[in-house]
Amino acid sequence: MITYLEAIRLAQQKALATDPRVFLYGQDIGSFGGAFKATKNLSKEFPGRVFDAPLSEDAIVGMAIGAAIEGMRPIVEMQFADFSTCGLNQIVNHAATLYYRTGVPCPIVVRLPSGGTSGGGPFHSQSMEALYSHYPGLVVLTPATVEDAYTMLFDAVGLDDPVIFCEHKFLYNHLKADSLPETSLPIGKARLARAGRDATIVTHGAMLHESLAAATELAEEGFELEIVDLRSVKPLDTDTILASVARTGRLLCVSEEWPWGGVTAEVIARVTAEGFGLLDVAPMRVNAKDTPVPYHPDLWSVHRPTASTIAAAARRLLLS
Amino acid sequence: MPKTSAAVTQADYIKAYRIMLLSRVLEEKLASLYRAGMIKGGVFLGRGQEALSVSVGTHLHRGDIFAPLIRDQAGRLAFGDTVLDTLRTYLGSQLGSMRGRDGNIHRGRPRDGYYAMISHLGAMIPAVSGALFARRLKGESGVVGATCIGDGGTSTGAFHEGLNAAAVEKLPLIVVVANNQYAYSTPNSRQYACADLLDKAAGYGVTGHKADGTNLLDCLQTLRRAVHNAREGGGPQLVVADLLRLVGHGEHDDGQYVDPKLKASALGGDCLALAERHILDQAWATAQEHAEWRREVEMEVNSTADRVRREPAPDPEEDDWAALSCPEYREHYATS
Repeated sequence: MITYLEAIRLAQQKALATDPRVFLYGQDIGSFGGAFKATKNLSKEFPGRVFDAPLSEDAIVGMAIGAAIEGMRPIVEMQFADFSTCGLNQIVNHAATLYYRTGVPCPIVVRLPSGGTSGGGPFHSQSMEALYSHYPGLVVLTPATVEDAYTMLFDAVGLDDPVIFCEHKFLYNHLKADSLPETSLPIGKARLARAGRDATIVTHGAMLHESLAAATELAEEGFELEIVDLRSVKPLDTDTILASVARTGRLLCVSEEWPWGGVTAEVIARVTAEGFGLLDVAPMRVNAKDTPVPYHPDLWSVHRPTASTIAAAARRLLLS
Repeated sequence: MPKTSAAVTQADYIKAYRIMLLSRVLEEKLASLYRAGMIKGGVFLGRGQEALSVSVGTHLHRGDIFAPLIRDQAGRLAFGDTVLDTLRTYLGSQLGSMRGRDGNIHRGRPRDGYYAMISHLGAMIPAVSGALFARRLKGESGVVGATCIGDGGTSTGAFHEGLNAAAVEKLPLIVVVANNQYAYSTPNSRQYACADLLDKAAGYGVTGHKADGTNLLDCLQTLRRAVHNAREGGGPQLVVADLLRLVGHGEHDDGQYVDPKLKASALGGDCLALAERHILDQAWATAQEHAEWRREVEMEVNSTADRVRREPAPDPEEDDWAALSCPEYREHYATS
């Protein structure tokens, strides 16, 4: 069985093997293989192409930008998504503006081990996809399956634009697949993860699995939920979302991020602006609570949306 | 290759001086256009820093990397930037390298190794380092990269991270600090507590060089040595040149906060006037020849400005308003 984490490792292995422009740069990613082992053995397999970096997120991303201008395809690892704020300036002001300003694309991939795990606490749990999506000039990907982790990371390396790759730590080891696909939906296309007629859940990342569990629960009560896995939050596949809402008339957006200005807010804004007539009732959303991510498992498991809170919201939506 | 860098010749000096003169005349024109309301944004001049700046640009070759900062008009011209593109960018011509999408000193042609700075100080250090790292991975040798910064910029985290990372990788990077005594209005006494910015070189494990920023010969010699060291595999080089910014932070700023004692000190010397005096004292040119040099660059600058003023502004209807190079990944918002 191949885990989500192993899929990320294998995607990097494939990128290194097939494209001489690819190199990896990040903290502890060399002989140690990375804090999560997402680069295990790659420095041995590809000598001179996997480099340990100093604890300098700004310099790591800045180096990647310069290398990309010179024709390379760097993949950089932030040890935790949360630490990418220390490299934020290079990401949003340099990488993201380069093409518009100069006409020269900036093909870097910034891997963000994202989202909450039990005991992670305020600084090892964050979901940064809305923050990066706010800035023009970035592609922001949120794979929710082993297959997508593999194909989307490999595809991201081939993109001419900077990619923020939000891989979810909660999925690293417990999500498994029998084999890896060679092809997949293109980047930017959402996937119908479950077909249903009564309401649409739009979600991404680890929340896909909580939403699927909620749908199973609701199915026992006679409701069929349709689930759209965004895969990519920027670009956002509004067409697939609207097509689903056209079928169900009801929309519930679920995200592990904080609520203010997040992906759920964007999806609801688009559906109400572009498909208001498709809605039978007001759309709803479920997000993490608007506090830092708490450390204690008892607090954390209530801070984030779960199958039961999603199911409860879905019931309210279905009965309204 | 020689073990030591070659001496600076009379021809080198005069070539550098004439670029400084062009830079000064061009900047005087920019200031005049600014006062006339012709410039679309701010104007940030390098008056007093031309000797240092030209010494950087003049020692780089085609194929090297250069990321200048805001007071590097002279270095930019020495590296291959033109009066035409400078004026196009300041005046907002659609034909400029930034097409109106960015302006003034934020210009460059990254494909030619001439990087377009972002405003966040220190950010270009890792970018140039990454470029040099890429060249090394591609098996290219003999390439160097240089970037410039001021005393204020040395206080940023990006400066620290960038110089440290470059030192770890022993990259052929030259970081040039124009220690012009003020970061906007903040004097050095409020900027750093080390005795001399050069002391930082030891902390990063890089070679340090000190130059008198008012003295063209000293700047040329120092940069020649630093660039040579980097090219020969000596790792990053930190050059600190002491001088005084002889203008405000930008043309909107009269710089009234500058200590008069500094202005009257040796630091306050005008590198261009001092170099001109040197050339005349050495009898490398007559006063008449010198006047002719100035007339030539004034004609070039004025005629180019007249031409650029007739060029079209960017057309909002024609801009594709796309921040991504791949059309298939661009967002489409129904309401915009």
